[in-house]
Amino acid sequence: MTTRASIRFLRRGRIVELSHVPPMRSVLDWLRLDERARGTKEGCNEGDCGACTVALGTLKNGKLVYEPVNACILLVGQLDGKELITVDDLADGETLHPVQQALVDTHGSQCGFCTPGFVMSLFTLYQQGGAPTRDEIATHIAGNLCRCTGYRPIIEAAQLSCSGKAADRWAKGAKEATRQLAALDDGADVFVGTPESFIARPAQAATLARLAAENPDATIVSGATDVGLWITKQMRQLPKIILTGGVKELHAVESGKDRVTLGAAATYAEATPALASIDADVAEVMRRLGSTQVRASGTVGGNIANGSPIGDMPPMLIALGATLTLRHGAVERSLPLENFSIAYGRQDRKPGELVWRIDVPKLRRNEAFRAYKISKRFDQDISAVMAGFKFTLDGRTISSARIAFGGMAATPKRGAATEAALQGVSLDQPASWATAIDSLAKDFQPISDMRASAAYRIDVAQGLLKKALMEVAGAANTRVLAHRKAVA
Amino acid sequence: MAVARRSIETKTVGKTLAHDSAPLHVQGSATYIDYMREPEGLVHVYPGFAKDGALGKIKTLDLSAVKSAPGVIAVFTAKDIPGLNDCAPVFGGDPILADGSIMFHGQVIFAVVADTREAARRAAKLAKIEIAAEKPAVTIEDALAAKTKDVGDPYQFLRRDPAKAIASAKNSVSESFRIGGQEHFYLEGQVSLAVPEEHGAVTVHCSTQHPSEVQHLVAHMLHVQASMVTVECRRMGGAFGGKESQAAQWACLAALAARLLGRLAKCRLDRDEDMMLTGKRHDFRVDYTAGFDGKGRVTGVDVDFLARCGYSADLSNAICDRTMFHADNAYFYPAARIATRRLRTNTVSNTAFRGFGGPQGMLFAERLMEVIASRTGQDPLDVRKANLYGVKGSVTPYGMKVEDNIAPEIIEELETSSDYRARRKKIARFNAKNAVLKKGISLTPVKFGISFTLTYLNQAGALVHVYTDGSVHLNHGGTEMGQGLYTKVAQVVAEEFGIAASDVRITATTTGKVPNTSATAASSGADLNGMAAKAAAGTIKNRLIALAAKQWKVPKSRIRFEGGKVLGGKHAIAFGDLAKQAHAARISLSSTGYYATPKIHWDRPKAKGRPFFYFAYGASCSEVTIDTLTGEMTVDRVDILHDVGRSLNPGLDIGQVEGGFVQGMGWLTTEELVFDEQGRLRTHAPSTYKIPCASDVPADFRVKLFESRGNKEDTIYRSKAVGEPPLMLGNSVWTAIFDAIASLKPGDIPKLDAPATPEAILRAVKEMQS
Repeated sequence: MTTRASIRFLRRGRIVELSHVPPMRSVLDWLRLDERARGTKEGCNEGDCGACTVALGTLKNGKLVYEPVNACILLVGQLDGKELITVDDLADGETLHPVQQALVDTHGSQCGFCTPGFVMSLFTLYQQGGAPTRDEIATHIAGNLCRCTGYRPIIEAAQLSCSGKAADRWAKGAKEATRQLAALDDGADVFVGTPESFIARPAQAATLARLAAENPDATIVSGATDVGLWITKQMRQLPKIILTGGVKELHAVESGKDRVTLGAAATYAEATPALASIDADVAEVMRRLGSTQVRASGTVGGNIANGSPIGDMPPMLIALGATLTLRHGAVERSLPLENFSIAYGRQDRKPGELVWRIDVPKLRRNEAFRAYKISKRFDQDISAVMAGFKFTLDGRTISSARIAFGGMAATPKRGAATEAALQGVSLDQPASWATAIDSLAKDFQPISDMRASAAYRIDVAQGLLKKALMEVAGAANTRVLAHRKAVA
Repeated sequence: MAVARRSIETKTVGKTLAHDSAPLHVQGSATYIDYMREPEGLVHVYPGFAKDGALGKIKTLDLSAVKSAPGVIAVFTAKDIPGLNDCAPVFGGDPILADGSIMFHGQVIFAVVADTREAARRAAKLAKIEIAAEKPAVTIEDALAAKTKDVGDPYQFLRRDPAKAIASAKNSVSESFRIGGQEHFYLEGQVSLAVPEEHGAVTVHCSTQHPSEVQHLVAHMLHVQASMVTVECRRMGGAFGGKESQAAQWACLAALAARLLGRLAKCRLDRDEDMMLTGKRHDFRVDYTAGFDGKGRVTGVDVDFLARCGYSADLSNAICDRTMFHADNAYFYPAARIATRRLRTNTVSNTAFRGFGGPQGMLFAERLMEVIASRTGQDPLDVRKANLYGVKGSVTPYGMKVEDNIAPEIIEELETSSDYRARRKKIARFNAKNAVLKKGISLTPVKFGISFTLTYLNQAGALVHVYTDGSVHLNHGGTEMGQGLYTKVAQVVAEEFGIAASDVRITATTTGKVPNTSATAASSGADLNGMAAKAAAGTIKNRLIALAAKQWKVPKSRIRFEGGKVLGGKHAIAFGDLAKQAHAARISLSSTGYYATPKIHWDRPKAKGRPFFYFAYGASCSEVTIDTLTGEMTVDRVDILHDVGRSLNPGLDIGQVEGGFVQGMGWLTTEELVFDEQGRLRTHAPSTYKIPCASDVPADFRVKLFESRGNKEDTIYRSKAVGEPPLMLGNSVWTAIFDAIASLKPGDIPKLDAPATPEAILRAVKEMQS
């Protein structure tokens, strides 16, 4: 096992090697202040507007994949082993890249400040080589805000330029980039800094577990889509940062016969195909969760580990009956996911212990699942209320139910009284649903905040349970977003 | 309105040309102030404020930890300001650095200067500040209860006796609703870079719509003459009104540091602070009573607009005036009292935002049409048509005759092209069949008055140079914020000289070249600066014509400028060659140009006159679906027909129309500002404040420019202003939601406020169901 005292990544065909990078240095600041590249823009400094979008090339199972990420909340250490492409790189002399030219042709820029981010998001879409639908394009750029154009011309630019196989410099150079990235993958545990102030990116699982156990005061970072804001907004000092993303086995996503197993460092993007196979609603919530940029960086494990009461994944996973496995040093232990969050900001995780693995049971034939995300804006918004429902059916009768909500309590939480009241309820007798729906007000005492009032949260939770029951009973036309094609 | 127009043949004007900076935008190489190369010795300035407290005396101000923080060079408070400590645009009352007390949460108390921006930001958080906090007036109701002193006097338009008209009407309605504010969310935050110059002068690169005002405020702050301050802006990364008065404070802080330290100084706000510390669109409570007849025709309106202005006057008075000017939208009110209160609250001072108070006035008018329809059982479109100007009357409540009314034509055309009537029937069938989902549709007009209502602001200057190789240098007082003003004005100059727009070199707006400018605001940019630039170019052109006519011995009237050449009789010469000859003949190839809008006058005390040169019109038809279990909503289809007169550049104009619509839709749907009881803004980041994203724009989005015969008034190439009017096309989304909710219980009035968030929609749905 080797150790390397530098961050290495591929940029403009060359290897950049940094051995003196401050642990909290963001990729955006590195670009602007160190490399002095001027193209990438800072719009919000919190991963919400996408003006700072850059593309990262990563080898995934040997295949070169380009993903958009928010440079403002990406740490330089996270670049290790990847290719970094920015808006400054795209034009070939006087010739614009196809996505750039399309944006000019469609009047896709007005003030131009968000444009570099859109260019890079479209660049990654272009590399996918398909002909995405309008909905797919809108989803792909949900993490890029434009205040001027109203998006129509930008979507049109995507349709014009992303219409087939990629044929740009990157497509042509893919082989060479793949070779270079493979050569960068030396399996070394990266450790840059001193024992008091460092950024570490172990490649070996054992090193990660040991390092975390030895440094219980370190900040464990997977995608930095949350920790990034501790740095940019709360201006916290995080002298010791341990990145989980270098451990390949933690990215593993296995879809077995009766369960999906995720390593804690699997990004949303990596986990989506397997989790989406459980139910269309999981797919739809994950489509709306964060943005393409956030899903490329952020992890399901991180969404659980940070213990937020408003994470989108925990209510669904709890309703599905997921099990969480933690690791401290060499010792693993497992617990039902709903037991992980103890109180606001407090989880059942010892200092130095790591979220390691998540097991999510698939649905049985007699189980029906529904999940709903309620937010002011459909895409890239934090939920006011997030609901997950699993009904076990005996014919047209509910024999048992698991329901879990986010945004309704200080932690993601199951509704015991509601679950009890759902037992024996007939799908064919809506009048019999009332007790269960009313029980939600007993199970949950939500707060009022900037996302919603307590009264609305209760109202909408009740509306969602009613909706779920109606849908499972067979009702059609129950959603304004018609992404769920198949209703039971 | 069959007025024959002189047909104007144009080569460049009227053509769709890409935004001049588009190739730079897409490469990330367009220069914004924070991306200018940083010179040696640049320092960074960051504002500091109290974490808690919105109103009260500053009890403790301990800056020792700030001063000793790593990288800190200096810390400035009010006493360090050499001149006037005020960056208010008109009425005063906006301290650059709070002196003794604060009036809203986040009011800036000190500025820290450090060698890096991060060091300055970190240090700014270290201040120990204690406010002897009093209970702040946060809401409109708080201000009424606390009887805070209004930021401006109440003002009203009165026509005939509305109370009597309403009392004797067949039907009447009396209700109250709320309209939320709006954060600008320009993508480029506030930023200024100040360069100290000789003799105590300073040059400020400022992202602002109003360089002249920034110049004056910096000069007053430094206690120097205006000529010692130069303010320059090549482009802004969006502004929308938020960089009119709101840019000055950061320019002043940068200039203060530059002057006191003798170093270049930059001040750029982080997004969260930008949202907390700068003003927004005004939110309103609207209380009104209206009378109407059996056919839905308004007989009288009595409306009070209560505006939350924030802690100071800023531009609130002109904004509230514009609310009143637009409370009629396109409708004739035979009797009316239209009144505003300009309430002072302990919140950030609300300011200009695209539409400048007009949108709130018009939303009232559109709500009134919906309410009348729900009472009479008519289709809301028929109510609208029955009330349009021209049906019963053509004079506005402020005494201006509507002479250019094309609202009826636009509505008719859109009604047909959007298939409104058939869709209305289809929606009724859908609603009858579906329990959870309900649809609504609405077609609303826009009539927006063009001109600054403060008449003297309607002037502009330009400066054009022709070099001896025929290249052209263009400068004018308007600023570029993405709207394409520079491109349009370049087209005008290119047209004049018969050259390509790309041969006109567009240069940064600077107070050093064109002085005493008005803000690029009120949609006036192209109208005013286009005319001024045309005048400047025309002066040079006339000199060249005179020269060519003399040399060629052809009449002046036969000299033409076309395709880069000057033609006359049998003669033809390259434009550049003629320029060279002119120079050799000692003829000036440089000229200023000036324009002042004709015809307009406004007597505010009497509330009479012609405040607007003309009106811009448009209409939109929106169809929405709401979820009655959750309050969620989607916009299914939008049809727009908008009047830009004879377009200067249809590509850019469509961009303004679409972008304006989406911004207006956001204001009325997802964008919600939430202040807590302590007066702290809780939605100060894009994570909590939600502007529309790509999927919020309907896939079925049909936008057309109205085939205009040209502006009735003699504007630049008979075009019309397009900056603000399209924002109010978004009103139809809100009224369509209103319509969907109204379908739950015909005859009842939905208690829907703006913005129609899922929560607001569900609340209104539940009230209809109870």
